[in-house]
Amino acid sequence: MLKLEKRPQPSRVFAWLTPIFAVIATMIAGGLLFAALGKNPVEAIRTIFWDPLFGEFAFYYRPQLLVKGGPLILIAIGLSLGFRAGIWNIGAEGQYIVGAICGAAVGLAFYPLEAWYIFPLMILGGALGGLLWAMIPALLKVKFGTNEILVSLMLVYVAENLLAAMALGPLKNPEGHGFPGSRNLKDYPSAFNDEIITGTGMHWGVLTAFLAVIFAYILLNRHLLGFSIRLTGEAPRAARFSGVNPTRLILFCLGMSGLMAGLAGLFEVSGPSGQVSIDFNVGYGFTAIIVAFLGRLHPVGILLAGLLMALTYIGGELAQGNLGLPSAAIQLFQGMLLFFLLAVDLLTNYRVRFAKSEAA
Amino acid sequence: MTGTLISIQGLTKAYPGVVANDTVSFDIGEGEIHALLGENGAGKSTLVKMIYGLVKPDSGTMEMRGAPFAPPEPRAARAAGVAMVFQHFSLFDALDVAENIALGMENPPPLRDLAARIRTVSEEYGLPLDPYRTVGDLSAGERQRVEIIRCLLQDPKLLIMDEPTSVLTPQEVEILFETLRKLREEGTSILYISHKLEEIRALCDTATILRLGKNVGTCVPRDTTARQMAEMMVGSELQTPKSAGAEMGAVALDVAGLSMPAPSQFGTSLKNVHLELKKGEILGIGGVAGNGQDELLLALSGELRVPRDAIKFAGQPIGHLGPNARRALGLLCAPEERLGHAAAPDMSLTENALLTGAVREGLERNGFLRWGKARQFAEDIIAKFDVRTPGPDNAARSLSGGNLQKFVIGREVLQRPEVLVVNQPTWGVDASAAAAIRQALLDLAARGAGVIVISQDLDELMEVSDNFAALNEGRLTAKRPTAELTVEEIGLMMGGAHGMEVAHAEA
Amino acid sequence: MDFSSISPALLLASLMVAATPILLAGIGELVVERAGVLNLGVEGMMITGAICGFAITINTGSPTLGFVAAAAGGALLSLLFALLTQFALANQVASGLALTLFGLGLSSLLGQDYVGLKPAQTPDLHIPLLSDLPFLGTVLFSHDFMVYFGLALVAAVWAVLKYSRAGLILRAVGENHDAAHALGYKVVRIRVLAIMFGGACAGLGGAYISLIRVPQWTEGMTAGAGWIALALVVFASWKPWRVLLGAYLFGGVTVLQLNLQAAGLAIPVEYLSMSPYLITILVLVIMSADRSRAPGSLGRIFHASG
Repeated sequence: MLKLEKRPQPSRVFAWLTPIFAVIATMIAGGLLFAALGKNPVEAIRTIFWDPLFGEFAFYYRPQLLVKGGPLILIAIGLSLGFRAGIWNIGAEGQYIVGAICGAAVGLAFYPLEAWYIFPLMILGGALGGLLWAMIPALLKVKFGTNEILVSLMLVYVAENLLAAMALGPLKNPEGHGFPGSRNLKDYPSAFNDEIITGTGMHWGVLTAFLAVIFAYILLNRHLLGFSIRLTGEAPRAARFSGVNPTRLILFCLGMSGLMAGLAGLFEVSGPSGQVSIDFNVGYGFTAIIVAFLGRLHPVGILLAGLLMALTYIGGELAQGNLGLPSAAIQLFQGMLLFFLLAVDLLTNYRVRFAKSEAA
Repeated sequence: MTGTLISIQGLTKAYPGVVANDTVSFDIGEGEIHALLGENGAGKSTLVKMIYGLVKPDSGTMEMRGAPFAPPEPRAARAAGVAMVFQHFSLFDALDVAENIALGMENPPPLRDLAARIRTVSEEYGLPLDPYRTVGDLSAGERQRVEIIRCLLQDPKLLIMDEPTSVLTPQEVEILFETLRKLREEGTSILYISHKLEEIRALCDTATILRLGKNVGTCVPRDTTARQMAEMMVGSELQTPKSAGAEMGAVALDVAGLSMPAPSQFGTSLKNVHLELKKGEILGIGGVAGNGQDELLLALSGELRVPRDAIKFAGQPIGHLGPNARRALGLLCAPEERLGHAAAPDMSLTENALLTGAVREGLERNGFLRWGKARQFAEDIIAKFDVRTPGPDNAARSLSGGNLQKFVIGREVLQRPEVLVVNQPTWGVDASAAAAIRQALLDLAARGAGVIVISQDLDELMEVSDNFAALNEGRLTAKRPTAELTVEEIGLMMGGAHGMEVAHAEA
Repeated sequence: MDFSSISPALLLASLMVAATPILLAGIGELVVERAGVLNLGVEGMMITGAICGFAITINTGSPTLGFVAAAAGGALLSLLFALLTQFALANQVASGLALTLFGLGLSSLLGQDYVGLKPAQTPDLHIPLLSDLPFLGTVLFSHDFMVYFGLALVAAVWAVLKYSRAGLILRAVGENHDAAHALGYKVVRIRVLAIMFGGACAGLGGAYISLIRVPQWTEGMTAGAGWIALALVVFASWKPWRVLLGAYLFGGVTVLQLNLQAAGLAIPVEYLSMSPYLITILVLVIMSADRSRAPGSLGRIFHASG
C-alpha cells in the first residue's frame, strides 16, 4: 500500500524534476493515444517534438517557435503573478481579445496616416484595453468579494461576442466587399508589428515577452512587492500580519496579468494575425494557464514551458498535415500535460512510501 | 475499583525521526480516574489515538477486560465502549448541537428523540445544553459540553479527556469535576490527560507519567507533591523565570473605548475595551478561548483598522495605521497561530525574518530586498534564541513547535520593541522553551518596554505579569495587580461559570 | 420588430428547457461543494457528457441509453479530478481548470465523426389531462422526461442533505474534514463519491444540450454553461431549491434574448448573446455579499497525518 508522508520542507530537486517527469509521462500517454487513433506513436512524437526543430523544414518552423511562444510566455508571466498570490485570473483570453480590439482600433483610427507614433499608441491602447478588462473582476472582488474566477471567465464569453460585433460592425473593412474582419494591418506599415530581425520570428511582442520574464524575475526575487505576492499565496493571514494590503495586491496582480494579456493580443493582431476577425484568437489565453503551471509559476520555467508549448502547437500542425492527426488530439495532449504535472507535483511536498498493509 | 478495564502492554509507535511511544505499558482500572501526565511532545496524544483507533501501534497489544482490543478505526473503539473528548474539538461550527452529537454516534435515534435525550442527559449531569443551537455560536465551555454529552449518550466504559480544562474558567472546572466524579461513582473509567498538576491531585486516583514517549513511573497523585510529579515529567529540575522587577514608567499604550465588529462569522466583537500599559509593565490578559483574544491582537497589530483615537501609542493616535506603520513606531506583535499567521510554513526562516523585520531592521531599500541582511537577521535570531535548526534556509514548518515559537518571539524581541503584544506565547511548547520565552519577555520589560501577554494559561500569567485583566465576551475587565488576586477572583473576572449570571463591569 | 411573435406560454415552456442543463450540472456541483470540494471542471465534464450521450444515441438510436452513457462519461472524467485532488493532493482550482481543458480536447476528438448528424429525438411526455390543460399544459406538462428528472433530482438532493444520515455526514465532511476524520468518517471516500455524482450530473446536463436543446454536435457547444452552473451554486448559497430558482432565472434570460433576436430587435445579435454572461456576473456581485453559507472546508486539501 502506498503512503504519503509530508516532507519537512518542499524538495528543490523535485521542484525542477517534476515538469520533466510530466513531459515524459505525457509523451508516453500521448503515444498511447496516437496509437489508439491508428498512428505510429513514435513517428507522431517525433513529428511533434523533433521535426520542427531539426527536421528538413526546420528553417521555416524555428521562427514560428518565437511567434507562437511569445504571446504564451507574455500571458503566462502575467497570470503567474496572480496565481502565486492565490488570485485566479482565468479570463486572460478575454483580456487578450479586448487588448487586440483596442490596440487595433487605435491604429485603424489613424488610417491611412503614416506616422512613427502610431504603433506606440497602439501598444498603449492594447495594454490599457487588457488592463481595464481585468479591472472588472479586480474591482468587483475588492468591492464586493465577488469570485474572480467566475467573473473573469464570464468576461471571456462577453469579449468573444464583442469581438464578433467589432469584426462585423465598427471595425469592419469598408473596402472588404462585405467580408467580416478589419483591414489587414500588414498592409498598413505604421501599424504593422513587423519582425525586428527578418526571418527570426522575433517581433516586438516576443521582445516584450522576454522583458516580462526579466521583470517578473526581479520582482519576485528582489522586490518587496514580489515577496508580498509570494507571501500572500503561501499564507494569506501571515501576509496581512506582515502588512500586505490585500486590496492593492489584487488590483496589481489582476491588472498586470490583464495588461500583459492585452499586450499579447495587440502584438498578435497587428503582426502574425494581421486583422481583427471573428476567430483571430486561438485560445492562447487558456493555453497560457498550462504554460504558467508547467513553468511552476517561475519566470524562467515559464520561458521554457512557453517554448515547449509552442513546439506542440507547431508540431501538432505538422502532424496534422503529414500524419492526419486530428487537431483535437493535440489539444488533448496539452491538457494531459497539465494533468500529469499536477499529479507528479505531489512529489515536491510529499514522500511516497511503500507501507506495510495496515489491515489489523 | 474492582478490576482492570484496559491493559496496555508494550505499545510502540514511531514516526520518521521520532519515537512517539516506546513500549508503554499500564493498566486502567474499572471506575478509576487515571491521569496521563506529560509535557507537550511526551507522546500522550499518540497513545490515546491508539486507544481510540485513530492510529495503529507498530507493536504491542491492548486488552479490554481480558479480551484482545485492537480497534482498527474509531467506530470500532466506540462500539467497544471507548469515547473521547478531543483537545481541539471535533465539532462542526455550522451544524447544530443535535446534529453534531448524531455524527459521533453509531446508531443515532431520529433527531427529535435525540434532542429529548440530550436535554435529559445534560440536565442529569449538570451540563445544560440546548440541542438546537448552532455550535459555532457556543462558548468554549459549552462546546466542550457538546463533546461530553456526545460521549455520555453512548454509555462509555472508558471516557478519554484530552486537556479538558484548558478552555474553562476555574468555576467551570469545578462543575466539570463534579460531573466526572459522578461518572466514576457510576463505574465509568476516565483517562484524564493533562499537564496541570494541581488538577490531577484534586481529581485523579492514579497517574501514569510519560516522558519522551516512555512510561517513567506511576504514582498516586494525592500522596505525591506537585513538585515531585513535575520533576518526573520533565526529568530534571525546572528553572523558574525571574523578574528583575523594573520600575514602571510613562504610559506606552493607551486603548480607550475600542469597539470592533467580529471579523468573521463565529468571531467575537470587541466591546468598549479600555487598557493602559506603562513602560516596563507586563500586563497579563486572561480569559477562556474565543472571548476576543484573537480580535484584540488583530486590532493592536493593525491587521484590522479601528478609529484613529481608539489606540494611542505614546500619546499619538494610531488606530488608523497599518501593521508596518505601527512597527515603525515600535509597537510589535506575535500572534497565537505560529504556522500560517506568525510565520509562513513553506517559506525559509530568512524569508520569515523578513516578514516582520523589513521596516525596523532595514531589510529593504526603495522596495528592493537586501537578502544578505535578512539572512543575517535570521541567523541572529537563531543564535540568540537557541532555535534548533540546521540553518536559516530551512522552511518554517520543519521546526518543532517550541523552536518555531522561539524564532517568532525572538524575531520581535530583537527588533527592540517599545511595546510587544504576544498571544499564547507558550501554547504547545515544551517546558524548557516555554521558560526561555517567558524569561525573554521578563527581560524585555526590565529594559523598559511594555509587554502585553494574552494567554489562557493562568499559571503563566501569574508567573510573569505585574497586572492582570480578563477578556470575557469581547469585554476587558479593569486591570488589577496580580499579586493581590486569588484564584476565585480571577475566575470571576473571566466570567465565572458562564451561565451562572455574573455581572460584567460595564465601563 | 415584431414582439407579437413571442408567445408567453411557449416562452415559459422553453425557459424550463433552457434551464435544465445548468440545473442538472448545478445540483451536482452543489453536492460536490457541500462535501468540501471545489470542482471547476464542470464545463469539461458537461461537454464530455454531451459527446458521450450524443455518440451513444446516434449508435443505438436510444436517447435513454445516451443519457446513461453521458452520466457514465461525466463520472469517469470526474474520477480523474478525484484522483488528482484526493490522492495526489493537487490544488483544486488548477485541477478543475485542467479537467475543463482536457474535457474540451477529449470531446472534440471523440466528436470528429459526429458533426452534422441528427440524434434520435427524445419524445415529450404526454400526460393525460394535465398536458391538455390550456396554458399550464404547455408550460409545465409537455416536456421530455429529463426536465422532470432534473426537478426530482433537486427534491431528492434537498431531502437527502436535510433529513438523511448520509446527507449529514456529507455536510460534516464539507464543514470540517479534520473533525470528520477524527470521528472516523472516510473523508476521501465520501468526497470521491460526491465528485462522481457531480460528474454524472454534469454529464447529463451536457447531453441535454446535445440531444434535446440543440440537438446536434458542435465543438465547444456547452459555451460556458458549466461555468454558469458554478456561478449558480454561489447564487444559491449552497441551497438546493435556490439552484432551481437560479437556473430558471438564467433560463429565462437566455430564452428572452433568443426571442428578442428572433423578433429582430434593433441591437446586434452579439450584444444580446452577451446578456446571459453579464447577468451571471451581476447576480454574482449581488450574491457575494453573503458568503457565510460556504462549506467550511471548501477547496482545502485534506491529508490525514499520523
